[in-house]
Amino acid sequence: MMYFSRLKTWLILGACLLGALLCLPNLFAAPVAWLPWRTVHLGLDLRGGSYLLLEVDMKAVIKERLDGLLDGVRQALRPGSIFYATLEAQPDQNRVLLRLRNPAQTDAAVAALKPLISPEGPTNVPDMAIDTTPDGQVLLTLSPVALKARALGAVQQSIEIVRRRIDESGVLDPQITQQGDDRIVVQLPGIGDPERIKTLLGKTAHMTFRLVDETANANTPGAVAPPGDEFLAMQDNPQQKIGVRKRVDVDGGDLTDARAGTNSQTGEWVVNFTFNSVGARRFADISRANVNHRFAIVLDDKVISAPVIREAITGGRGQISGSFTAASANDLAVLLRAGALPAPLTVVEERSVGPELGADSIRAGAMSLAIGFVMVIGFMGAFYGLFGWFANAALVVNLVLMLAVMSLLEATLTLPGMAGILLTLGMAVDANILINERIREETRNGRPPLAALEAGFTRAYSTIFDSNATAFLAHVMLFAFGSGPVRGFAVTITVGIATSLFTAWMLTRLLVSKWYAAHRPLLLPV
Amino acid sequence: MWKKPRLVPDNTRIKFMRGRFMGLIVSAILSTASVVLFFYPGLNLGIDFAGGVVMEVRTPGPADFGAIRAALAAENVGTQGVQRFGDASEVLIRLGAQPSETATQAEVTRVKAALDKAEPGSKVLRTDAVGASVSAELFRNGLLALGISLVMILVYIWFRFEWQFAVGAVVTLILDVTKAIGFLALTRIEFDLVMVAAILTILGYSTNDKVVVYDRVRENLRKYKTMPLRDLIDLSINETLNRTLGTSMTVFIASLPLALFGGESISGFAWVMLFGIVVGTSSSIFIAAPILLFLGEHRLRRDAAAVVTAKPLPKASSRPGTP
Repeated sequence: MMYFSRLKTWLILGACLLGALLCLPNLFAAPVAWLPWRTVHLGLDLRGGSYLLLEVDMKAVIKERLDGLLDGVRQALRPGSIFYATLEAQPDQNRVLLRLRNPAQTDAAVAALKPLISPEGPTNVPDMAIDTTPDGQVLLTLSPVALKARALGAVQQSIEIVRRRIDESGVLDPQITQQGDDRIVVQLPGIGDPERIKTLLGKTAHMTFRLVDETANANTPGAVAPPGDEFLAMQDNPQQKIGVRKRVDVDGGDLTDARAGTNSQTGEWVVNFTFNSVGARRFADISRANVNHRFAIVLDDKVISAPVIREAITGGRGQISGSFTAASANDLAVLLRAGALPAPLTVVEERSVGPELGADSIRAGAMSLAIGFVMVIGFMGAFYGLFGWFANAALVVNLVLMLAVMSLLEATLTLPGMAGILLTLGMAVDANILINERIREETRNGRPPLAALEAGFTRAYSTIFDSNATAFLAHVMLFAFGSGPVRGFAVTITVGIATSLFTAWMLTRLLVSKWYAAHRPLLLPV
Repeated sequence: MWKKPRLVPDNTRIKFMRGRFMGLIVSAILSTASVVLFFYPGLNLGIDFAGGVVMEVRTPGPADFGAIRAALAAENVGTQGVQRFGDASEVLIRLGAQPSETATQAEVTRVKAALDKAEPGSKVLRTDAVGASVSAELFRNGLLALGISLVMILVYIWFRFEWQFAVGAVVTLILDVTKAIGFLALTRIEFDLVMVAAILTILGYSTNDKVVVYDRVRENLRKYKTMPLRDLIDLSINETLNRTLGTSMTVFIASLPLALFGGESISGFAWVMLFGIVVGTSSSIFIAAPILLFLGEHRLRRDAAAVVTAKPLPKASSRPGTP
């Protein structure tokens, strides 16, 4: 127990040295680029920044799918002259309900609808089931597998769009990750006030170009939109409504570029956009056929502007004006460039910390850490003398090793994490206290020094192991179920428990054994 | 050589088990009171679990609370409190949970607008906004972490010791945790995610403490085959007393600076930890050990006695300091 081979000695010292080396990246920047330079990251609560948890509106995703299905059903039934009394989407049951005028046509309807089924997902299961009832009802129900695949697709696409929007806005190294089935975590270091980002992410930014129906009188109270039309509010004056065709002539997805600029004549802020070839062709056709008509530029069901078409627009370029400021024109350009979100996003959790508060927290945490450290060291030195100082040396190495492991894992240090370090320091000396008390006891029972050391370390071992294992388990649970800063706490404690086992069990024992070999005392100073 | 101080003298022979009923009764009363406090007045749930918004604001000069309240009212923001936080230019604004996430976000925007009017140039230092669905989830996860930890500790101690030890530890831990919750209810310290971390840490620390005493009981059970369990537990507690107090001391002095200087957001955590250390240490002696005595009085000893009668080893009885 008290004998260390030369190899073992060097291994233990080597581990400590390696730990010290691994801490270096935290102190200064990499001198050469190829070195693996892993550091501990400061949590958003310490460096300042925002954490946003966004939820993808899955109901909207399903609703859109069902609306698409409605169109498909209409088109499929038209050629066979199959007439229906009702055709409606029932989003709560994930299905489309079709009630036929003539129940005898049920089989024909099913045959006509069959081609709408397409395989989905890696297992190629049909994406919906068609059921019928004897009284002429046909139900098209989306399969759970299809829904799941669609939800996953929507979340992944949303992440991509969110990333593009944030990148365009100029935030430095944002972190965007998926959480659970329908959530996205956005972390924005250095952004203490995420208002602008929230505005950017709060819009689906689905832009459409549609014709205005001048015959519809949208502003009469109680007016109902004619079939194929809808009434939409103007962006800058929500009271004023305008009748717009439901049919989308050109979609914002056909844009290749959008930039904020100023109109050379009026000097007001505008957004200049460019269509891709498909969009350019369609825009040219529509504008040629509708000269002197108005068309509406619709963004998320609000009309930004509804200019009159003066002449055919063939170049695939256009301009949106609509009482913009420099900032709002820029934001719209960003949204159009990044593309539309498949579904609305809601912020379900926000935590933002300004850089000032973060700096205050670091100061408070560091001060507590320093005071606590000195007090623990003082206690050990006073109550256990030389053996206490062995423990203190192990404690310092423990701190270094903790930092090293956390750097290696590129773990995040949060304010609760700093509290965790302090608690670990308090608990780490427990192993040494156990050992020292045991050695003292064995000495009092009349054992000679070497035997007392042997017995002390051996017998304390199982106690140290059992008592740390349970604490370890509790904190692994905390890591599994906690979130954000609390996870940082769990990480520091679990890492700390592991490193303290090494320092108390290996390093202190090595120090004691070398000391004993050098001095051969007749009485242990415990 | 310089005489090192000891927390308690060596060779104490305190009859802890004499106070076993007292310990259990006091603990039961405290825990019952805590449960009552848990229901009335209840925990001061932070926004992690209740949902809502907390904003910390620094105003350019000393904050004019009247103006801020008036501006918030003018913006139609239903606040739950506008209070001083730290020094005179720091304000904490609390808003209750909103029916929907979008409404919560709209409130945050309105507060900022109100602040711009009442205290131009003020800075929002921190915003925490938690929607209702997330807060329910966080609460569930917190409870789950607590529950699973308890079960794992139970299984682990059962595996390493005997079932009496495991039951004793877990019952004691439950009593400890209820007291910590009572402490939270009494002091009105906000109960949030960090507090779940504090309670789990107390759980870990308290188990650690129990395991050390149990470990010694297990060792002494093997060593002194005929000693009555009651004396044996007393002996074990006495033998480990210096260690028990020493470790509580180091963890206590490590947590103290956090409570005093750690800043508003972490000091609550540290106070709960300090309370937990005191409770956890005393419960090892006055709760966990008596429970072990009640549960094991006949069983643990009889088993051992049975082994001795079945295989009468030469010189098997009490021989202190077996090699």
